[in-house]
Amino acid sequence: MSVPVLERLTRVGPPRPPPRRSTRWLATAVVFAALAAYPLVLGDSNAQDIGIQALTFGIAATGWNVLGGYTGQISFGHALYFGTGAYTTAMLVRHDWSPWLAIALSLPVAATVAVVIGYPTFRLRHHYYSIATIAVAEIVLLLVTTTAALGQASGLELPIKEPSLANLQFSLQDKRPYYYVALALFGLVALAVMVFLRGRAGCYVRAIRDDQVAAAAVGVPVQRYKMYAAVLSAVTTALAGGFYVMFVLFIDPPSGLGLDLSVSFTLMAVLGGAGRFWGPLLGAWVLVGVQFLTRQQFSGSGRSVDLLLYGALIITIAVVEPGGIIALIERVRRRIRRSP
Amino acid sequence: MSLLRVDGLSRRFGGLRANQDISFAVAEGSVVGLIGPNGAGKSTLFAMIAGADRPTSGHLHFAGREVTGWSAREAVRAGVARTFQLMRVFGSMSVLDNLVVAAHVRYPGRRAATNRAEHVARQLGLVEVADLPAAGLTAVWKKRLEMGRALATGPRLLLLDEVLSGLTPTEANEAVEVVRGLRRDGITVLMVEHVMEVIMPLCDRLVVLHHGEKLSEGTPAEVVSDPDVVEAYLGSPL
Repeated sequence: MSVPVLERLTRVGPPRPPPRRSTRWLATAVVFAALAAYPLVLGDSNAQDIGIQALTFGIAATGWNVLGGYTGQISFGHALYFGTGAYTTAMLVRHDWSPWLAIALSLPVAATVAVVIGYPTFRLRHHYYSIATIAVAEIVLLLVTTTAALGQASGLELPIKEPSLANLQFSLQDKRPYYYVALALFGLVALAVMVFLRGRAGCYVRAIRDDQVAAAAVGVPVQRYKMYAAVLSAVTTALAGGFYVMFVLFIDPPSGLGLDLSVSFTLMAVLGGAGRFWGPLLGAWVLVGVQFLTRQQFSGSGRSVDLLLYGALIITIAVVEPGGIIALIERVRRRIRRSP
Repeated sequence: MSLLRVDGLSRRFGGLRANQDISFAVAEGSVVGLIGPNGAGKSTLFAMIAGADRPTSGHLHFAGREVTGWSAREAVRAGVARTFQLMRVFGSMSVLDNLVVAAHVRYPGRRAATNRAEHVARQLGLVEVADLPAAGLTAVWKKRLEMGRALATGPRLLLLDEVLSGLTPTEANEAVEVVRGLRRDGITVLMVEHVMEVIMPLCDRLVVLHHGEKLSEGTPAEVVSDPDVVEAYLGSPL
């Protein structure tokens, strides 16, 4: 049994020893150092804008990844949580709350929404779950569009205040403070997500993703862990929404709750590498960058061109390496290491 | 004392009677075989015992406690673990992590669960493939992993669904030795199996299902000489 079977096995995939803890932490530190250096190296305003948006959407997509990538519950409605963060923050700031408190309070709101929605929808599997998330998000979009207190279709504007860290508003000449706040928030998210995934919870959600029935059969409380993942996912995405609204000082239904926003979170995570921690941030960086470049090259919104490129990227990823850019990098590195 | 008692258990799917008034008991420390032609209702019965499905009527007792209609998680915590006929490993995870998931039900801590998983890996000879992704395993290894995963939950009763089918004679003999080892460790085994040559010497008792009903029960020797069983398998004499 031993020799031929092992030969067959190694053909499928070379044994990949898990990275040692020390090298993993080192890699994390290096990435954070590079992120911190980015606006110092590339000083112009466009680079700052790209960085801020990439980090913001990177946080949102990282949130998506907890539920979609690691737990296997593919949501196409995550704009709902982004919007929950954005609208809650906007409403409270308009009532003279501190933006920090406002963002903090929007997180339990998003968690509650996730639990209320998760309870019925997590009984659905596969595509049925995904379709339900679209439906719920679209319903909320319509509700907000017709609610006077939330500004209906014209949205909510936020008051411009004295630039300061307490007001979470900074000079538009130098947007680096925004960048570093976003980076700090991403650091917080990274810590929360890594802690969640390191222990039993990480083990359980991956098992649920791979085979829900088998997971239940070895005693995994499936619904409960889907819910934990959904709450962490929602809170993370809402955090991005809260910061986003403080950066642009405006929110309306399409920019906070639209289906294309939900899809873009999914796209970022899948492009970078779903189910891998750095995938969503990398994907966000690529997509935001592509959007900026096409707008520069083709003037106006440059819209159709960036969508064209997105489509091409997704097809390429699906054909070449469904694990996303990160998996592609890993594959290339393995190949280099094998050929001396 | 019987560890598991099945009492008048029935399961209907609409008009189909998958299980009809089935009763038998499994003594602690024994190996019991559940046999019967395809579609006899063996897997349905397994699902109900393991908490994956609820009976339409009847009762289930485990370790002296009524547990009818319990959940899969309750079953695992009480000490009932199962394998799947069509192997359902966690494909993206390594073999060892598959075992760790299962060990977590008794050991919440990462280290303790990993220790338990490594112990089971040694017990079932899974050490050499421990770091490989489970999706890449061949069917034979997947079956072993299924067994290891069930074992990692620390069961008192192990439900094995056709773990021997599809194996070469050598592999089947290895698997039989594993089952014997389980019995030595005090684990009670209820196994669905088709391969009679293997099951005859291995099992203390056999329960035969046919068309969702219990056709016969007894020691292997008694069961194979039961005219009803012979008729179900070979047809009636002309």
